[in-house]
Amino acid sequence: MSKQHNIHTARRVDKAFRIIALSLTVFALLILVVLLVDIFSRGLSRINWSFFTNLPSRHSERSGILTALAGMLSLLFFTIIVALPIGIAAGIYLQEYSSKNRFARILEINIANLAGVPSVIYGILGLQLFVRLAGLGNSLIAGAFTLALLILPIIIVSTREAIRAVPNSLREASYGMGATKWQTTRRVVIPSALGGILTGIILSISRAVGETAPLLVIGALVYVPFIPEGPRDQFTTLPIQVFNWISRPQAGFILNAAAGIIVLLIITFLLNGIAIYIRNKWYKKIKY
Amino acid sequence: MRTKEKMIEWVMMACSFVTILTTISIILVLAVDTFKFFSEVSIVDFFTDTQWTPLFADKHFGILPLLSGTLLTTTIAIVFAVPLGLIIAVYLNEYASAKFTSIVKPVLEILAAIPTVVYGFFALQFVTPLLQNFIPGLRGFNALSPGLVMGVMIIPYITSLSEDALRAVPGSLREASYGMGATKFQTAFRVMIPAASSGIIISVILAISRALGETMIVAIAAGQEPNLTFNPKESVETITTYIVQVSMGDVPQDSLEYRTIFAAGMTLFLFTYILNNISFWLRKKYQNRYE
Repeated sequence: MSKQHNIHTARRVDKAFRIIALSLTVFALLILVVLLVDIFSRGLSRINWSFFTNLPSRHSERSGILTALAGMLSLLFFTIIVALPIGIAAGIYLQEYSSKNRFARILEINIANLAGVPSVIYGILGLQLFVRLAGLGNSLIAGAFTLALLILPIIIVSTREAIRAVPNSLREASYGMGATKWQTTRRVVIPSALGGILTGIILSISRAVGETAPLLVIGALVYVPFIPEGPRDQFTTLPIQVFNWISRPQAGFILNAAAGIIVLLIITFLLNGIAIYIRNKWYKKIKY
Repeated sequence: MRTKEKMIEWVMMACSFVTILTTISIILVLAVDTFKFFSEVSIVDFFTDTQWTPLFADKHFGILPLLSGTLLTTTIAIVFAVPLGLIIAVYLNEYASAKFTSIVKPVLEILAAIPTVVYGFFALQFVTPLLQNFIPGLRGFNALSPGLVMGVMIIPYITSLSEDALRAVPGSLREASYGMGATKFQTAFRVMIPAASSGIIISVILAISRALGETMIVAIAAGQEPNLTFNPKESVETITTYIVQVSMGDVPQDSLEYRTIFAAGMTLFLFTYILNNISFWLRKKYQNRYE
């Protein structure tokens, strides 16, 4: 083979790869489009006002997502109350306070590991720790504690990253003015990192919205004909309601499932959109 | 003033200690009942018996069918997602314009944000019927369709982590390769990918760990039948699905059947724990390679 020939082959391979790789990229995007079109074309006709206000029912066309939405909102409320203070405080401590000692290293490895633990394992943990040992039963608050542990690593990691992005000059200026470490953290570091922290919080909420498996394991019910009124009440959530409808053989419930998924997707996309918006705005601001 | 500062520091330290407590609790919770489980079932049977029928009258406690189901769906997902995700990463980093990349990347990230129950619906209601047109003998519940859909879910993990790894390679390496007359393809596959290999391997390990632990897609579309098979047309049950199945049923607490979910959970936890630690170790080792 001549050298000239080699170069030609190499160029042809290069061109072929460019086309194949572009097609594969488009293919991956197309999967997303197909998924969305399939679900919206099935479920859109089922969405009307009564779908949001009806209780679950044996008759698919009379079923609604009222209890699932109410359960999900209450669950998120309690989850956030538990996870936010702990997550943010831990994130601040790890980035601002703990020097690079052994304890800090163990914590760091441990949090990375927790982020990789399958969510169904958190379900087993919640079942044994909160539902049974603490005697909370399959209640909202047991679900909230379980989800809080699940999203804690996400909040901690994003808080740390947001704080790391705050330039050191700000801290030094604050110390120079005679501020203490906590005063500097509270009045200078946290306000500058707020955008990044907020982004992480919203993303963790979006994660909690979609969680199904751990809640099934701790015994969230698939049929709840009432709106939970307190933290000790039983509950269901939107993904669990959808899962329940998917497992029914009747075609009407499949439509319901698709309609429920549309609502779930809109909530998820909205949360992610807000998170990206805040992040972009904040990144522009943080570049002093 | 001093005491207040110290107290705040202590409170925040206690908060970060919650994460350590979580890990200890997970291990304890799984270990206690796994231990009780193995006091009734021999560990040799657990790893060699080819049947998993804890809920039947004739009880068998062989984890192999659940393991094969888990490995089968994971393998399908990885075989589908790794080449695809990697090629997309190479394309976005080496070929595509900055504008194209800035549009495609966030759109791909949407795939990672979609709740898994949605993917389960898609696998069962769209992908399986579609595949049945081409593949005769594909069961209504099968390993192939949820495996592929799980692959779709992990494409963004592989693409974004591999792209980060490729971007971390200094531009001078690429320029040197171009300077020698290499094409973009040669540069990508002989210079860039080898240089970014540690980051790419980490992305694959994390993707495997993610696929092993995935629950809802397989629970909905794979059939919940513990079959010791590597035939993707058959229905299978994964470890995660079994855990959900038992906890949703009315198995009496503190029974042997109930303890199976802890033994199964322990097996899953160990797998993912080892994989996560390998990736963490790799990251530490190669972190500052090009700085």
